[in-house]
Amino acid sequence: MTRLDGGHVDRTRALRFTFDGKRYTGHSGDTLASALMANGVRLVGRSFKYHRPRGIFSAGSEEPNALVTIGTGARAEPNSRATVVELHEGLAATSQNRWPSLGFDALQVNDLLSPFFAAGFYYKTFMQPAEFWEKLYEPMIRRAAGLGKLSMLPDPDAYGRGFLHCDLLVIGAGPAGLAASLTAARAGAEVVLADEDFALGGRLLAETHTLDDDDATAWIAATEAELRSLPNVRVLSRTTVFGTYDHGVFGAVERVGDHLPRPQTVRQTLWRITAKRSILAAGAIERHIPFAGNDRPGILLGGALRAYANRWSVTPQASETDRVAIFTSTDDGHRTALDLMAKGVPILAVIDPREDAPRLGNYPLRKGAVVSGAKGGRKGLSSIEITEGGRSDWFECAVLGVSGGWNPNVHLASHHRGRPEWSEADAQFLPPSELPPGMSVAGAAAGQGSTHGALASGAEAAKAALGLDTLPELPRAEDAPSRGMALWHVPGRGRAWVDFQNDVTVKDIALAHKENMRSVEHLKRWTTLGMATDQGKTANVTALAVMAELTGKTIPQTGTTVFRPPYTPVALGVLGGGDTGAHFRPRRLTPTHPWAKAQGAEFVEVGQWMRAQYFPQEGETHWRESVDREVLAVRSGVGLCDVTTLGKIDVQGKDAGEFLNRVYANMMGTLKVGRVRYGLMLRADGFLYDDGTCARMAEDHYVVTTTTANAGLVYRQMEFARQCLWPDLDVQLISTTDAWAQIAVAGPNSRALLERVVDGFDLSTESFPFMACADLTVCDGLRARLFRISFSGEHAYEIAVPARFGNAMMDRLMSLGQDLGATPYGTEALAVLRIEKGHAAGAELNGQTTAQMLGLGRMISRKKDSIGAVLSRREGLEADTRRLVGLQSVDPSQKIPAGAHLFTAGEARDLNTDQGWVTSACWSPHVEGHIALGFLAGGDGRMGEEVIAANPLEGQEVAVRVVSAHFFDPEGDRLRA
Amino acid sequence: MLIPHPLLGLRDAQEFTYLGDASLMSPPPSDDPEALERHVHLRDNPAGLLRELWFHEQGDRSWLVVTRDTRTHEILGAELATDIRREGAR
Repeated sequence: MTRLDGGHVDRTRALRFTFDGKRYTGHSGDTLASALMANGVRLVGRSFKYHRPRGIFSAGSEEPNALVTIGTGARAEPNSRATVVELHEGLAATSQNRWPSLGFDALQVNDLLSPFFAAGFYYKTFMQPAEFWEKLYEPMIRRAAGLGKLSMLPDPDAYGRGFLHCDLLVIGAGPAGLAASLTAARAGAEVVLADEDFALGGRLLAETHTLDDDDATAWIAATEAELRSLPNVRVLSRTTVFGTYDHGVFGAVERVGDHLPRPQTVRQTLWRITAKRSILAAGAIERHIPFAGNDRPGILLGGALRAYANRWSVTPQASETDRVAIFTSTDDGHRTALDLMAKGVPILAVIDPREDAPRLGNYPLRKGAVVSGAKGGRKGLSSIEITEGGRSDWFECAVLGVSGGWNPNVHLASHHRGRPEWSEADAQFLPPSELPPGMSVAGAAAGQGSTHGALASGAEAAKAALGLDTLPELPRAEDAPSRGMALWHVPGRGRAWVDFQNDVTVKDIALAHKENMRSVEHLKRWTTLGMATDQGKTANVTALAVMAELTGKTIPQTGTTVFRPPYTPVALGVLGGGDTGAHFRPRRLTPTHPWAKAQGAEFVEVGQWMRAQYFPQEGETHWRESVDREVLAVRSGVGLCDVTTLGKIDVQGKDAGEFLNRVYANMMGTLKVGRVRYGLMLRADGFLYDDGTCARMAEDHYVVTTTTANAGLVYRQMEFARQCLWPDLDVQLISTTDAWAQIAVAGPNSRALLERVVDGFDLSTESFPFMACADLTVCDGLRARLFRISFSGEHAYEIAVPARFGNAMMDRLMSLGQDLGATPYGTEALAVLRIEKGHAAGAELNGQTTAQMLGLGRMISRKKDSIGAVLSRREGLEADTRRLVGLQSVDPSQKIPAGAHLFTAGEARDLNTDQGWVTSACWSPHVEGHIALGFLAGGDGRMGEEVIAANPLEGQEVAVRVVSAHFFDPEGDRLRA
Repeated sequence: MLIPHPLLGLRDAQEFTYLGDASLMSPPPSDDPEALERHVHLRDNPAGLLRELWFHEQGDRSWLVVTRDTRTHEILGAELATDIRREGAR
């Protein structure tokens, strides 16, 4: 097929592209659909269920048939609508849902089996026997289902994200949208104009209407130039507004690089647009009229046929002598005939069911007639059957345009509560009267289908939205009323498609009705109507009307299904906005990270933090070699570990002590200045929440620590307590986690090492005993905080310096401690040390445990009230006998699986006999065996008993002996020394 | 969604963390365990106006009491929790 005259493609710019490997040429300004049409390609896809051959059906985002995969390899994007894919040099498109080829598809046998694939087929067929579902039915359906295939490769493209704020968002740049934008822009309002097309103008580009007696493109060009010149206007073409969210927030995707030969810096941008007011000018979508065999390639929407002829100068004819017929129930179809005739396309007839159909030109007109059948091969339509007054005849015909009237595109107006409202006079669903706040609807989307109506309603909508006094002068335009009748389907025995993409026919709707699917929501799910990627844009209203006819109800009584975002499919990649992989969440580095990296540390993700896990040394081939060495170095010399990640909250004010008394289960108000106390925090329901240390730096100043995982949550909870529960307490909070670098200095030589950095500070146990704290200076004047606390059970300290000195501090301590055996240790050794000591951590504070279970029930003070204290004494919690115990492998070489459940030896392994579970496990260099911590029913009274740690999921079972959780230095002599 | 912060003006809901029913601000006396139990575990789920707690975590760290219509997401107002709690105590 060669090009017709005219149109808006640039014939001087040829673009080469491929479809299923075959080379073709199109022009700048083409879509993939128009370029395929220009090259005589009629068969472009296969339908979902019956694998019927399908051609291009529409000229816009409503396309149900022409779904193709664009691009290759990792960049392959399945289910792209050829009708909206902008042609570019080198574009490679592939057809889908066919094997081995589009022309011969093995699964077209489904079409012959169609009697078995009726509505509700899946529900009826794959029910019995139930055990077949997982092994047979589901894999089978999954193989056959789906249209395009994902590449399964990581997405190589970059995506952007942007935020826009405006007075007025105009959705759609057709006549209504352009008039609205112009009105608002000239009044100085901040305007965002978005349109999914690459060219502005909307339906004007598809018509031959004049504006002010000139070609409409002249007005479009002048308007676009003016809008783009204004600083208060942002024109976003290639941008689909896909969702109307709360409070004037809209989601939109701009296809920044999809039309360029290779994706440039950014492929697509996700815009979050916050608009005070919005005007929906999204136009209308034409509806078709179902009749037998109406899905053949070559049958398309009448308005689309006109658009291809006028905008892209193409038709789906195989040769220019092929005859084109129009089947229309409204005046609109007659216009298509006129426009085609003007381009020299031979018209077989305009078939109009109305007895009083108008004649707009010199074409064969069949009044009171319908198209009742279509024949053709896989190349498409060859003849149609016209029925008039009971007589049917077949006519040779290659192309048929079907026009059943227009459905206002109310999708985005219906994302909130409002449902579209049926207008009997217009035979259309109009936008809901309850629109999303701030939104108004203009143009064809509001039922204003004429060009004049669209221009005027757009300008008026902007004027009303912004409270303006004046309107700009608008061009003169046609204002012809389009009359018509609603013809919902042509009755007959053959299959008449309603939803092309999901292969739903009039018969399927009738069957669903027969099977008592009377609600429209049931109809949808039983037949899958409107559930394809096109969401039934060309099908839903017709289906409702057919259903109404069957039930004898009116269309409004039948109702519509709910519109939900997105308007058209949105790639997950752009919703992620590039926040994938390492960018999925912020990565926080500890102050000593550069130093640890230089030491060759292995790192581990702990929440957002990267922490040093262990420091392998030359010759060490297994991580445990490194960890054991680090543990023994702490126990015999001195170890250094960055513990900055633990949450730090500064609590200041006259009532700081009283505040902490109410937040912590134990007493904090009585803590002496210069001392530290271990603290337990409960949830309101009495379970354990978090633990940490609480250091009193001054009468009105505490520094408390939290676990790494709960740093943010505890701070939030403390702010809640301060603001929402006790606002009259004089107390202020600030998180200082990132402000101070904190290093644990642990081991028998820790004091000796610290003596080398403190500025004349007495570290003797007499003046700075276990659980002391102080503000001091180190390294000649650097301010620091020192806490004599121990997680490892050793004589130990934690020293805090301003974060920017953390790296240097670590370096200094290491170099000064060479002769003392200074050794860096990571989170693995840290865990081994605390398990050996029986200290609780995240695994023991998992939200299901209580202070009693940790053996710390008495810490919940009865002398005062605190959050969760009363409910911690609930009957059910008090009665829980599970206690924290130590566990030791009977065979020291046997590993104890963390998470394993504990059972009495010889008992069954089920819920009724469950005795508790293993929380933390490790190899202990101190015990020289595998040890663990866990909660065991009646644990306190079972010391020495042998129980079973079982992980039935992996068939693991280990005999363990119940021992004290304090494997190391149970009396605490080492840490007080 | 946009939340009208009483100090900072309209702020995007993404800056906030949601907690729930503002009744959480008014625990019953601690000598009534049953009332405490209800306070901790039971919530109304009204279709209509709900006063609820939002924390401006990515902002000034104010706890706000926001009045929202759960049917429409319309926000009728937002106040500092501190102010409300103080007024309630008086």
